[in-house]
Amino acid sequence: MSSLIECNGLWKQYRVGEVDVDALRGLSLTIEQGEFVAVMGASGSGKSTLLNILGCLDQPTRGQYRLDGIDVGGLEFDRLAEVRNRQIGFVFQSFNLIPRTSALENAQLPLFYRGMSLSEQRGKAAAALKRVGLEGREQHFPTQLSGGQQQRVAIARALITAPSLLLADEPTGNLDTESSREIMTMLEGLNREGITIILVTHEADIAAYAQREILLKDGQLLSDRATRRMPGIVEV
Amino acid sequence: MSAFVWMTVLTALRILGRNRLRAGLTMLGIVIGVGAVIAMVGIGEGAKRAVQAQIATMGTNVIIIWPGATTVSGVRSSQGGAVTLTVADALDLRKKIPLLAETGWAKRDAMQIVNGNKNWNGPINGISPSYLTIRDWSFSSGGPFTQADLDSAARVALIGQTIVDNLFEDGEEPVGAVIRIKNVPFRVIGVLAPKGQSAQGSDQDDVIFIPFTTAERKVFGTAFLGSIGAMFASTDRAEDLPEAVDRIREVLRARHRLQGEQNDDFTVKTQVDIGRVQEGTSQTLTVMLFSIASVSLLVGGIGIMNILLVSVTERTREIGVRMAVGAKRGHVLMQFLIEAMTLSLLGGVIGIVLGVIGAKLTTVVAGWPTVISIDVIIVAFVFSLAVGLFFGLYPANKASRLNPIEALRYE
Repeated sequence: MSSLIECNGLWKQYRVGEVDVDALRGLSLTIEQGEFVAVMGASGSGKSTLLNILGCLDQPTRGQYRLDGIDVGGLEFDRLAEVRNRQIGFVFQSFNLIPRTSALENAQLPLFYRGMSLSEQRGKAAAALKRVGLEGREQHFPTQLSGGQQQRVAIARALITAPSLLLADEPTGNLDTESSREIMTMLEGLNREGITIILVTHEADIAAYAQREILLKDGQLLSDRATRRMPGIVEV
Repeated sequence: MSAFVWMTVLTALRILGRNRLRAGLTMLGIVIGVGAVIAMVGIGEGAKRAVQAQIATMGTNVIIIWPGATTVSGVRSSQGGAVTLTVADALDLRKKIPLLAETGWAKRDAMQIVNGNKNWNGPINGISPSYLTIRDWSFSSGGPFTQADLDSAARVALIGQTIVDNLFEDGEEPVGAVIRIKNVPFRVIGVLAPKGQSAQGSDQDDVIFIPFTTAERKVFGTAFLGSIGAMFASTDRAEDLPEAVDRIREVLRARHRLQGEQNDDFTVKTQVDIGRVQEGTSQTLTVMLFSIASVSLLVGGIGIMNILLVSVTERTREIGVRMAVGAKRGHVLMQFLIEAMTLSLLGGVIGIVLGVIGAKLTTVVAGWPTVISIDVIIVAFVFSLAVGLFFGLYPANKASRLNPIEALRYE
């Protein structure tokens, strides 16, 4: 059985004005199903670019990216949209919920693009909200929810398609310590249920929730090591 | 797909509901355009029907033949100035053209009419009895004169409602009364049922009919007996009119001994020809309406495009999120197209409602007849949809071409 993520010599070049910027320089990486990986690095180290490529939002300039054994490098926009819809869940730093739209409909959003019947969509969205502990808040608008609650709606949205991969881009960046802890505990729990999580952060204590820590510098892998926390050990 | 469309329509309505003022202002162009067109087409159609009804009062399948102009030493008189048509012509036409159901003739002159201490100057028409049949005159009291009255040049008169109103007191019975036309006493034997205005706007009820023979011998003092002012004919079927016109020209040219190159010394027109003049007017009106409609729909469409471009910019992050969770380019395109069409359609529907109200109000306030046809409403509906589609295309395409990474990062 192949690994969930196999990257080989990923290279990403941007053109910023007149200058070519190499965000990734031949990065190779393998992540197995069920891992909880933290990607760390200073700003400009290429961690966002890596996350975009892993999330099929972007394509590498050179190199190969196989997701679940499929080479997604050559896929066109709409095929990538399908891959994102079926296999990937996103959690963003700024939650990115659709404003003035209920929690239920926000959670429903990925199913919206699957041509599923409305009642089925609603049922699944309600279940997903229940799973993140937001039962009874289905009709709340994002502005009526706290930051932590908004992020939980975003997690429900990411989970609703039962993805194999959850990508979290600084998910606690806009949250207070207490909410951060809640969200990270939730991600940890989801990981234990089998979802592969890749977390981008620059906070060491957040990265500590992961089992494996990857450090990037100038678009290359600087270090790749297991964190002190071993799977199954919960530290409060 | 249907769940997607349904959700998108709901989303679009919610977005519009959130920003009612903006949505209202955006739709205004479409509302005014569609409303104006609906109202004006309603008024125009009403006017057209009124004219058609007026033309119908002329009779059914009527052909009118006027004498031509004379040329005396190069000086041309007005149409009808010549005495080229005669009673004999009319009788011969009837005999030679079986297509003609009736032929009749008339001659008119304005004369002073007196009843007791009242007098009125009205058009006196000396007519053949068949004229009444051709022109569809009916009676509100009394009845027509007969061939015997014509043969004996009887002094009997049929009078229109306007004459009754001007010569008789309220409640005075006109039938049986004796009126004087140019000092000749006439017994009124019939009052004509009112017809109202003619297509040219003259009062058709301001009229007196007397037998043709009586008119030429006792009232008008005609120099050439048998010369007539206008000849009338009718056919049983409308589709026979063109052929009847051709045959009439043939027979009259032969009777008047006109050679190959000589012009007709008469003019033949049918009811259809007269109606066509009115149609030409309404066609000009229609062209103008369509220009107004296109301009306002264009302006309305640009308004929608403008607000949609703003919306795409405002909702860049939302578009990014939608793409991240699996929206294809087509989905984003559809979403904004549906929003554009929802806007324009809503504007169209409001415009239709306002237009219908406007037209009805015109009827109530100004008394103009208006006709709102379902066709116009369907066309307006389809057009507003098309405007939304057309002007939504550019912003929607722009939205669907966004790069998801940049969209997600957009502040």
